[in-house]
Amino acid sequence: MIKMENEETIQQKTRFDIAAALREFGVARIIILAFLLLLFVLALAKGLDVPGLITDSLVRVGMNGVLILAMLPSVVCGVGMNFGLPLGILAGLLGGILSINMNIAGWAGFFVALAIAVPIAIVVGVLYHMVLDKVRGQEMMVGTYLAYAAVFGMCICWMLFPIKNPKLIFAVGGKGLRYTISLTDTFGKVLNNFLKFRIGGITVPTGLILFWFLLCLLMYLFLRSKTGLAMKATGSNPVYAMSSGVNVAGMKRVGVVLSTVLGAVGIIAFAQSYGFLQLYNAPQTAAFPAIAAILIGGASLRKASVANVIIGAFLFQTLLTVALPVTQAMLESTEISEIARVLISNGMILYALTRATGGR
Amino acid sequence: MVESKLAPNPSAGKKGGLKAILSQAGVPIFFTILCVASIIVTDLDLNYLIGELVTRLGRNLFLVLSLLIPVTAGLGLNFGIVVGAMAGQISLIIITFMQVKGLFGFILAMAISVPLASLFGWIVGAIYNKAKGREMITGMIMGFFANGLYQLVFLMLIGTLIPVNMESEIAQAIMLGNGRGLRNTIDLDRIYYALDNVFARMFNWNGIIWTDKLGPWRVPLGAFFMIALLCVIVTFLMKTKKGQDFRAIGQDMAIAEVSGIKVDKVRITAVIYSTVLAAWGQLIFLQNLGSLNTFNAHEQVGMFSVAALLVGGASVKRASIWNAIVGVLLFHTLFVVSPLAGQKLFGEPQIGEWFRQLISYSVIAAALAMHAIQSKKK
Repeated sequence: MIKMENEETIQQKTRFDIAAALREFGVARIIILAFLLLLFVLALAKGLDVPGLITDSLVRVGMNGVLILAMLPSVVCGVGMNFGLPLGILAGLLGGILSINMNIAGWAGFFVALAIAVPIAIVVGVLYHMVLDKVRGQEMMVGTYLAYAAVFGMCICWMLFPIKNPKLIFAVGGKGLRYTISLTDTFGKVLNNFLKFRIGGITVPTGLILFWFLLCLLMYLFLRSKTGLAMKATGSNPVYAMSSGVNVAGMKRVGVVLSTVLGAVGIIAFAQSYGFLQLYNAPQTAAFPAIAAILIGGASLRKASVANVIIGAFLFQTLLTVALPVTQAMLESTEISEIARVLISNGMILYALTRATGGR
Repeated sequence: MVESKLAPNPSAGKKGGLKAILSQAGVPIFFTILCVASIIVTDLDLNYLIGELVTRLGRNLFLVLSLLIPVTAGLGLNFGIVVGAMAGQISLIIITFMQVKGLFGFILAMAISVPLASLFGWIVGAIYNKAKGREMITGMIMGFFANGLYQLVFLMLIGTLIPVNMESEIAQAIMLGNGRGLRNTIDLDRIYYALDNVFARMFNWNGIIWTDKLGPWRVPLGAFFMIALLCVIVTFLMKTKKGQDFRAIGQDMAIAEVSGIKVDKVRITAVIYSTVLAAWGQLIFLQNLGSLNTFNAHEQVGMFSVAALLVGGASVKRASIWNAIVGVLLFHTLFVVSPLAGQKLFGEPQIGEWFRQLISYSVIAAALAMHAIQSKKK
């Protein structure tokens, strides 16, 4: 089936190069791209700092990129969008806090945070998969509420966390981790500043983008490895996969664990760029923008690729970054861009949910 | 599915006893223990608690009851009642602009909300039909999406595309200063308690002294009257042809389709009923509260109502009026006591709040998980 489709598109490509290429790219993406270009034109017309906007966009694309990539393995292995992303994020936050508590600055701090977060995320992922395996068909809803519960469970833990480091706890009261924890003295901006360069007023956060691309490349290679192909088969046709000797439950576990680990890595990458770790109920709704982004990139609940992640991250995050200052300059109102964000992200998810089998 | 409906637990049926009770009423029993323990720990004044519960029962029960019909019709827990709540608020905003007062204003708002909520319910139902088996997550996302549209209308379009006479006193009171968008809170003193103490006022007219106080507690008799009426109507509805259709679809959509029921149409009807009831429920809620939190009042309606119903022992496939009543009582007892318990046990009221959120989300997750496990066993 898939092969036939490919052949068809290739045939058409030779005939109507542009039309086929456009169809491949998808109507929704063309509309959003056009809207984005319009915003940039308006920004130029209004005399806004366009290179600055591009810089901000690159930073936001990079800092959200890994969280968006985290959706990929869970879609590929057939679990659907990982609405339980906050579970991975909580593991990442734990790693970050423990790393800061050791007062390790710079790169070492960053890697220590990862080294602590990843094993925790693996355990969390394995447990999460055990739940998901039992609730087939309701993964999205159970994932959402499990993650909500976990976020508030961890709220209690953050408040009672047995750490006395004054950098981490509230200034008054002498207990309880702060709502936002500054990373300036530790691993803040280590990725962003790595090989950073300026070109025509645009500052490129090379390290941040490279880190994300590196993970994307690893994921791309993984999906072409033997395990990756087995995982793909599990997602697209479990019965066929089982009959050809693939351990279906095992492959789903790999997918869920990978997604959770990427959630943990993603929040550490996010936090180092943002400059702060955000605790308490900050991670509650973190899954939704990531899901919206990969859907905007052309994924469905059943099918996704690294290209969807990259396109989606660029389109969605750039849109969010540029829309705010432009609408502010045009309409003297900040609300409209926030409303547009809500409508676009939830509209994309809603649209994907109403597609019975997925696909474009 | 049919089997599970008729004999929820065949083995337990034979043995009777503890297992059957626990599988049916485990959640309410757990919450009763939790509530009693927190009341003892916090040494709460029972008079105060009962007063609070009576108020909250009148305020929330109608909304929770609006969830029953979709459950019966197999749509699961209708997280989309948020959209119904919005319809209620829109009609409230309309009557506030019209400056209609008292019971008449309230009834007018109810009337205006019917066509609005029906339209919304029809749209929501049509979308649910396109997402069969994923109605709950779709309903949740729909709530977020509709919230965006609501903000678009009441923050951006009102005063720009929708003309408002800014000279008028009422526009000054509820619009933002720059003439675009509504204020964050709108005072509803025109319909404050319009329904709740309707009987008290009615009897005072005839010179008979009647108060809405029962002992030390204020009782929202009007709201209770509406709720009782709804319970009677729902019970009656379930015995009619329409109710049988709902139940048939709830048990097995394919069989219902074969036996000549227009499944998609009946499902939409169920959602429309639920949405209209949710709109009225939100009106009852707000006339008791007395002020409208313009952009947030509806957000949590779906989650709170669903959690309350589940705490009362309902499941995704089965919910009764009693589940709703018990659920509201237990869930709102926790609302009252959890900050106090957090203060008492940890010196931090916030911890109690988080704990309450932790367990209400856990209850929803667990109920959905149980539903998935049971439908897989089939």
